[in-house]
Amino acid sequence: MSIQAPPRPAAPPLSNSNSNSLTANQLPLWAPKATVAGAIVLVAGLHFVIGMGLVGAVLIGWLAAIVALPLWSLLVEGSRKATDRLAGVLIASAFALALIPLVSIVWKVLDEGASALSAEFFTFSMRNVLGDGGGIYHALVGTLLITFGASVISIPIGLFTSIYLVEYGQDNRLARWITFLVDVMTGIPSIVAGLFAYALFAVFFGPGVRMGLGGSVALSVLMIPVVVRSCEEMIKLVPNELREASYALGVPKWRTILKIVLPTALAGIVTGVTLAIARVIGETAPLLLIAGSTASVNFNMFGGRMQTLPVFAFSQQSSPGAFPDAALERAWGAALVLMLIVMVLNLIARIISFLFSPKGE
Amino acid sequence: MALTEAATKPVTQRGDRIFSGLSLSAGLLILALLASVAIFLTIEAIPGVTASPEDAKNLDGGNFWQYVWPLVYGTLFASIIALIIATPLAISVALFISHYASRRLGQAIGYLIDLLAAVPSVVFGLWGIAYLAGELAPLYKWLTINLGWIPFFNTTPAGTSYALSATGRTILTAGIVLAIMVVPIITAICREIFIQTPRLHQEAALALGATRWEMIRMTVFPYARSGIIGATMLGLGRALGETMAVAMVLSASGVVSVRLLSSTNPSTIPANIALGIKEGSGLNINILIASGLVLFVITFVVNFAARAVVNRRKEFSGAN
Repeated sequence: MSIQAPPRPAAPPLSNSNSNSLTANQLPLWAPKATVAGAIVLVAGLHFVIGMGLVGAVLIGWLAAIVALPLWSLLVEGSRKATDRLAGVLIASAFALALIPLVSIVWKVLDEGASALSAEFFTFSMRNVLGDGGGIYHALVGTLLITFGASVISIPIGLFTSIYLVEYGQDNRLARWITFLVDVMTGIPSIVAGLFAYALFAVFFGPGVRMGLGGSVALSVLMIPVVVRSCEEMIKLVPNELREASYALGVPKWRTILKIVLPTALAGIVTGVTLAIARVIGETAPLLLIAGSTASVNFNMFGGRMQTLPVFAFSQQSSPGAFPDAALERAWGAALVLMLIVMVLNLIARIISFLFSPKGE
Repeated sequence: MALTEAATKPVTQRGDRIFSGLSLSAGLLILALLASVAIFLTIEAIPGVTASPEDAKNLDGGNFWQYVWPLVYGTLFASIIALIIATPLAISVALFISHYASRRLGQAIGYLIDLLAAVPSVVFGLWGIAYLAGELAPLYKWLTINLGWIPFFNTTPAGTSYALSATGRTILTAGIVLAIMVVPIITAICREIFIQTPRLHQEAALALGATRWEMIRMTVFPYARSGIIGATMLGLGRALGETMAVAMVLSASGVVSVRLLSSTNPSTIPANIALGIKEGSGLNINILIASGLVLFVITFVVNFAARAVVNRRKEFSGAN
């Protein structure tokens, strides 16, 4: 685009005012920016001067921009360049469109949820609370216990499976099948995982069973494939030279894995596990089925209903009781806390992978 | 230290046997887990499938298949709406990241999109019902007044069965929320594939005088076609199984209809389970589990096919 042709003394005079033959019949480099600026001026004019609604004004400004730039290009550059410009504008606006919901969700949750947060919100359960007040203490306890249980089940299984896939399977038929089925398992709907846990526990404990452990089992079904995938990628990244050096010193395979491979891949594994926890901590549907919903604190994983943060947000919204405003505020508050937990876990994962990943050499 | 321990031969052999045994059994455990998902669901589902209409009030006088068919229809309908919105959007965003934005900007955007994927579904549901539905309701009114001759936007006068939804909690809203949820998935996979397009192909196209868009059409899309299909199908799998967002946003009544804006909407299997399990008891629970098994089979087939498509691409991409 920005190629500057060497000045030619004998350049033929062109009809175009631009005397450079290479940049003739081209829009100036500032054309897209000028179009965007023009659209913004148009939107501001429609919104502030004429008093049009902001959504309508933006829509008209956008339409004007996607028509104006290709049209300008068509007149100066011809149809191929005009198509190119149109595609570029459409792709850029698709990107902007995709960001709108993200911004809207974050803003809405912050806006509505911030007013719910207080010391009472974090230290009280919903027992005997009718109107204002009450809190998420019981839901926090449940979420932490159930997620911890799921991690205890998933991390060893996932880690050992990935060790099998990389170190022992050596791409044999079983390893290929496991890889493929783990991929398919990633797509199991969360509600099916919940139904599985429900069916499993119903077979052993009779129908209508509710317990925290069931929630852990359901979350494990969703968490194991994520752990396997990330650990497998990380263990694969460990250079073969390290393994061979260890074998050459006479170290048996299992100690090589334990002392060489896993420590080298540790940062990546911890990152992957943290991301897996972040993925399942927000799951609602399976916990709704098997852990149920309650207003009281329950520390017992093996008996009785257990409240969790996502289910709390859902039940406050869907069955608000006699004081819907207070319940909706608590739902937004719980959603905010949940989002913060997920974001913090994501941040921790990034920091770990940044700090402890092997550098250089 | 390791050397001296390695020298005592029997101990190391036992250690090796234990360790490889542990790894193998973990792998087999995953296969067993997947099998037991199918087995236990089937055990609990059989009474539901064979239930007679007199025993279970959920069935409403029909047999199980008559009960589950509108739900299957609603699930597919909502997911297809979501895909129609999400696929072009996700492909465009992926292209923007891979071929339009600078490397640094692309990484930042990729992180933002991943952030969108990390938002819990219950937050999407809350946002959808408490904010988005209300915002969309005036638009729906405009659509049905001006474009009501299209069957999708058609609504009957107020008070009759397919009246315009006043709350905006329609299947179209559910589809839009689902679309927002699957965009990050499709984008992530498409981005990976677009980036892998052979550099030589792209540079050759540019050297022949192609514009950027022509280069993308001639080199990137043919290379990525099967990947895009696979990514879309994975997005479909996610949309089919999404529960809470639909359960919260959609005001469902289990009909079969193509109307997008009416207050009478088809329900979806997962939303129906989530909302029905609280009041359900006895045989009704078995019926819900049976409908869950139907969902499991559908998503399994979709994911199986999607993975097969994506993996096949992996094989011949090495030839480039």
